[in-house]
Amino acid sequence: MTDTNISEKVSPILDVEKIRQDFPVLSKTIHGKPLIYLDNGATTQKPWTVINRVKDFDSDEYGTVRRGAYKLCEDSTKYYEETRQKVAGLLGTPNKNEIIFTSGTTQSINLVAHSFSRRFINEGDEIIISNIEHHANTVPWQIVCQERGAILKVIPVSDSGELIMEEYEKLLSDKTRIVSVNHVSNALGTVNPVKEITAKAHAVGAKVLIDGAQSTPHLKINVKDLDCDFYTFSGHKMYGPSGIGGLYGRMELLEEMPPYVTGGDMIMQVTLEKTTYAKPPAKFEAGTPPISQVVGLGAAIDYITGIGLDKICDYELELLEYGTEVLSQVPGLRIIGNAKDKASIISFYHDSVHPHDIVTLMDQEGIELRGGHHCAQPTMIRFGVPATARASMSFYNKKEELDALAEAMKKAVKMFEG
Amino acid sequence: MAYSDELYQQVIIEHNKKPRNFFDMEDSTHNCHGYNPLCGDDYEIYLKIDDDNIIQGVSFNGSGCAISKASASLMTTFLKGKSVDESRIVFEQFHKMVLGEFDPDTSENVLGKLKLFKGVQNFPSRIKCASLCWHTMVGAVDKNETVSTE
Repeated sequence: MTDTNISEKVSPILDVEKIRQDFPVLSKTIHGKPLIYLDNGATTQKPWTVINRVKDFDSDEYGTVRRGAYKLCEDSTKYYEETRQKVAGLLGTPNKNEIIFTSGTTQSINLVAHSFSRRFINEGDEIIISNIEHHANTVPWQIVCQERGAILKVIPVSDSGELIMEEYEKLLSDKTRIVSVNHVSNALGTVNPVKEITAKAHAVGAKVLIDGAQSTPHLKINVKDLDCDFYTFSGHKMYGPSGIGGLYGRMELLEEMPPYVTGGDMIMQVTLEKTTYAKPPAKFEAGTPPISQVVGLGAAIDYITGIGLDKICDYELELLEYGTEVLSQVPGLRIIGNAKDKASIISFYHDSVHPHDIVTLMDQEGIELRGGHHCAQPTMIRFGVPATARASMSFYNKKEELDALAEAMKKAVKMFEG
Repeated sequence: MAYSDELYQQVIIEHNKKPRNFFDMEDSTHNCHGYNPLCGDDYEIYLKIDDDNIIQGVSFNGSGCAISKASASLMTTFLKGKSVDESRIVFEQFHKMVLGEFDPDTSENVLGKLKLFKGVQNFPSRIKCASLCWHTMVGAVDKNETVSTE
């Protein structure tokens, strides 16, 4: 490779080499090859600031939250609530009490599905999801429908992986109670027009949940601008610890919804005859939360906002474009999902090399990909593939790494086709 | 030799490309559906077993990765003419071999060419790929409709 080629691959948007030094794992080797981590859609790696913040907190400052009047508890509670404020800022709500900590997107959607439905969904009512949802945004609604006698409707998707909006409009009616769709599809990378989806749902009086598991690490979010009623995210997909995530909910809905998980911390007063509940968010945060993880999440939010989500988004789109170009040059490789508006996820399929063989072969080259149905089996069925291999990029990835992936794929195809 | 060559040996690549006995058997006496919900490997195994409990015919159909397909293909070529009891012994030795609990290079065995799957033990996420067809074959013999690796 000549110097000219290298300089062409340096982005003017971000100093990626400098950023990479913030992530200790990125200097490791896998099977003797430098690690090329391209499974960011599943989980992201952690920068030193997150690792050290959790370590320091656990070493020196750890205490329970909300229930003690001593120093460790007061400090822990302060950090815990500071992270809530940071999440509110990240998602664009001025009211931090609209942020509920959960274990992640899966629990956030389950919370809404079960709590919202007990208050607002009755027999014959309708719930709308799409054909490109994660199982976490499919199964809870199927259960709600079974339990409440409601009907699940599904927005179809075009061959390029975009929701067919005319069909969506036909599904909406005065029976629609909630529309629950992802902002970014984890299986295809499609960015859905969630603002438009929300406006149309509101026009018929339905509420809207947006699964933000894949969008919060990549896009600038403003729930007030989107005007959605619920928005979910997972900390471990945005450079924070696993086991922590959250839910934004519009306050008037959170106030009306019954508790989901019950027990300590979510009460106002308990007698043996009757319990009154705390106000949101405490009403939905029963039990001792993952305190260190919340503190780590705060550090992760500081880290990504320090780089700037606009820059992150711009650079990752550059990676998407480059990755799409080099992978398209692999003979026989088909990219599944070619929406006009995409995040930095490339799902692909090859007739000669099954996705699981791709994952094993790439792993031997130090390249970590995901292969499988991505917890989105209805999406796989729609596109007529049993599974796909998926490269999901982060701002710490480099174009050279995508070159390496394309070269390794060419080698794998040659090996399998002979 | 690259580490992955141990897994993707030429015979496995070749059986993946041209699987043997790869069809739906219309006159089977036993069949079973095998499915790995984690990775989506999905096969039907067909057996024709005569009155003396000898496997007179064996075939498979379905889709999955190279390891699962080559394993099924080699299994079909290996089991024809064997008794049901012999097949169970092969299954047990094969299963223990891919789990790394049985070394055909140091212990007496009936595995023959199936030994080439020994390398699978170094790829924990692929053990179920190699053993799916075998579980399904036993499922067919036991008259189960479906076998799942989970």
